[in-house]
Amino acid sequence: FSGSFGEVYQTFHLSIYMSSNNKFSISPEMATQEVQPNETLSNLKAESDTLKTKLEDERAKLHDVELHQVAEKVDGLGQFIMKTRRTLKGHGNKVLCMDWCKDKRRIVSSSQDGKVIVWDAFTTNKEHAVTMPCTWVMACAYAPSGCAVACGGLDNKCSVYPLSLDKNENLAAKKKSVAMHTNYLSACSFTNSDMQILTSSGDGTCALWDVESGQLLQSFHGHAADVLCLDLAPSETGNTFISGGCDKKANVWDMRSGQCIQSFETHESDINSVRYYPSGDAFASGSDDATCRLYDLRADREVAIYSKESIIFGASSVDFSLSGRLLFGGYNDYTINVWDVLKGTRVSILFGHENRVSALRVSPDGTAFCSGSWDHTLRVWA
Amino acid sequence: PKTPTLHLMERVIIAMQDPDIGLKMRNQRLLITVIPHAMTGNDIMEWLIQKYNITDEEAGHLGGLLVQYGYIYPLKEPRSLILRSDDSPYRFQTPYFWTSSRWPASELDYAIYLAKKNIRKQGELVDYEKQNYNLLHKRINHTWDFVVMQAREQIRASKQRRKADRIVLECQEQAYWLVNKPCPGAFDVFDLGPERCNVLNSRVILNSSLLFFLLRISSVPNNSLSSHFLLSLSCVCSFMKFCDQYHQHDPIMSGCLPSNPWISDDTTHWTINTDLVGTPTRLRVERWSFSFMELLNDCLGRREFMTYLEKEFSGENLCFWEACEDLRHGESSKIILKVEEVYKTFLSPGAARWVNIDSKTMERTLEGIKQPHRFVMDDAQMHIYFLMKKDSYPRYLKSDLYKNMLSKAIVPQETKKSVFPFMRRQRHSSPSPAMVSQATEDNGKAKGAGPAATNSGTLS
Repeated sequence: FSGSFGEVYQTFHLSIYMSSNNKFSISPEMATQEVQPNETLSNLKAESDTLKTKLEDERAKLHDVELHQVAEKVDGLGQFIMKTRRTLKGHGNKVLCMDWCKDKRRIVSSSQDGKVIVWDAFTTNKEHAVTMPCTWVMACAYAPSGCAVACGGLDNKCSVYPLSLDKNENLAAKKKSVAMHTNYLSACSFTNSDMQILTSSGDGTCALWDVESGQLLQSFHGHAADVLCLDLAPSETGNTFISGGCDKKANVWDMRSGQCIQSFETHESDINSVRYYPSGDAFASGSDDATCRLYDLRADREVAIYSKESIIFGASSVDFSLSGRLLFGGYNDYTINVWDVLKGTRVSILFGHENRVSALRVSPDGTAFCSGSWDHTLRVWA
Repeated sequence: PKTPTLHLMERVIIAMQDPDIGLKMRNQRLLITVIPHAMTGNDIMEWLIQKYNITDEEAGHLGGLLVQYGYIYPLKEPRSLILRSDDSPYRFQTPYFWTSSRWPASELDYAIYLAKKNIRKQGELVDYEKQNYNLLHKRINHTWDFVVMQAREQIRASKQRRKADRIVLECQEQAYWLVNKPCPGAFDVFDLGPERCNVLNSRVILNSSLLFFLLRISSVPNNSLSSHFLLSLSCVCSFMKFCDQYHQHDPIMSGCLPSNPWISDDTTHWTINTDLVGTPTRLRVERWSFSFMELLNDCLGRREFMTYLEKEFSGENLCFWEACEDLRHGESSKIILKVEEVYKTFLSPGAARWVNIDSKTMERTLEGIKQPHRFVMDDAQMHIYFLMKKDSYPRYLKSDLYKNMLSKAIVPQETKKSVFPFMRRQRHSSPSPAMVSQATEDNGKAKGAGPAATNSGTLS
């Protein structure tokens, strides 16, 4: 059903009937045809928007439950104190992305000037550094084994660097080019092993790659604009992932078939970050519309919005605390807002960075989170 | 082009100027001139604090951004685009000069502005402005006469205005250019990162989200408003249950024992929780009972579970599951080999570690093996997974093996806060995972912890 980029444009004609007892029935017909000259894009869009509004009205009568209503009985959170415990200085330019190593203390970060650095965040020592041949390295990821890192950006590729122990060896020498897109790489993540990488790109697609051969295993089409972020499901079957894009949509994908199995479109602007709730039953998103939202995958809808009138800048990066009670959001106004996921209220605002917060991840054991910023630094908060 | 941020910012600005709920503006004295419709930095702070129910710090931060983005400008020290929370005078920028209105800034307009400044007072241009002026002079030299003519005309017209108006217009214009042509190194509003394309293929007509939406609606069966409500309720309740269950395990919510390494600089919490530690902590062992996935994800838990299964002569189930995981997540080049191995070890008649799968699944799998691919074992793997989850796992939790583990498990003492908090502990390095792994490979057997260099405490 997802939009095709091929020569033939598929149009769906939907007939909606209101039966006598006020139930909706639908009969979709699929017509494969060239766009008729009088069926302009705006006409079709207008038609689908009208239908949407009609259906939203009917849907509102279904008495969905809001999360914060049910969570009224839950204890509120007390005074919340988190401080910067480490500041990592060493990037000469905007930090764009970071990821934790499974050892709970090492991180990899990438920046605008092409530098990728591996740190022991606990001691703040730099352990490895690589200079990519391109600028704006917007994606980086640590391999599950801790033996390699992946990164990419304006070079449209995702490359894997095995981490050499020999301080004299040039890491760039062992570089392996894995993914190839037709536009910038926005995010990358290893799957359960060092052998596969999932990528998202400004070319509107996501893709799964075999690291050893660089072979494309599966591609994911369905976004109508740049895909900006992705996250892998922690679920038992481990076969799905989510992505968010400039088309304001958050999609859920089946890794095996390449199909988009669920889609959510409630944000009013680009979705910069998506992250699964720890149970895998929901996910949060952060957007340029200055809100973060929570989507329940089983109820198949948005269940919470995290916003405040005084927050007018986009959320660039979000992540949950270990129990899922707190949602941390890094924003383009240099702050980090901490949200009570259940009650929908803001628990705290953290100042410290001197420019946009571009990356934010909670550590694997939940003892801290790290934020990367356009002010050239990374901070670890606990 | 209005970004969502500018749109929201303008909403705030408009609210601030609302006749009923907005700021109370008054005349402000600037040296000997009286400027109307101005407010103090304090006024701005107060209003933001009141309206949005935020702290001083947050109000100062938000107000500062309003000034940085050119929606409010200072009358005193106009080059310094910051918000002072005192009686410094400020004014709202006229919508004509809003950041979203005239973007990108016109080169011609900038040339005229710089020319005006230059003509009015020699040496009024600062360094970077002089550079820009010279660059423009070169680039649009062909229209320079027009530029100078316009500049002179504008100066003449402004001389005819009242002094207060003239000052206001000059401030507005200056503020606009400070935002749009900032000093190199200063904050640049337009530094937005690589361009994003918002509509890739305008010919993608299908609104797939609409389709999903309709499918959702159509799947609500007769009279099932109540069942829909119940589903909604149960989903939402599950979040509360999960948060509650994991509350004690969330170090940010509940702290961790003996202390959070990032706060105390003491890594004991990590050393007592290493992968294959001798005696695990109580919290860790408890967590194995939360879900089967938790047990399997912890290598110590998984090892314990394997021990239990072997006692029950069903260890092959877990081995099979692990082999399938290895197949699914491994190199493409090894797929055929791995499928063969799995078949030989677990599925073939008389296999050494034969797994008990239902005949239908077995049939399907054996058929699939003829064309091996990485997902060929999925059905069988799922079957065995659920078998373990529904049967062996609950029994393991009731077993003596688990109960002993739980009773042996340690509960570390909470470290009392240091008496001398200003003495920082040494922050010890740890061996890089890459190092440990390489050592394993080199020697063909698992090495110990490897070299652990002591690091003299580096101040961050």
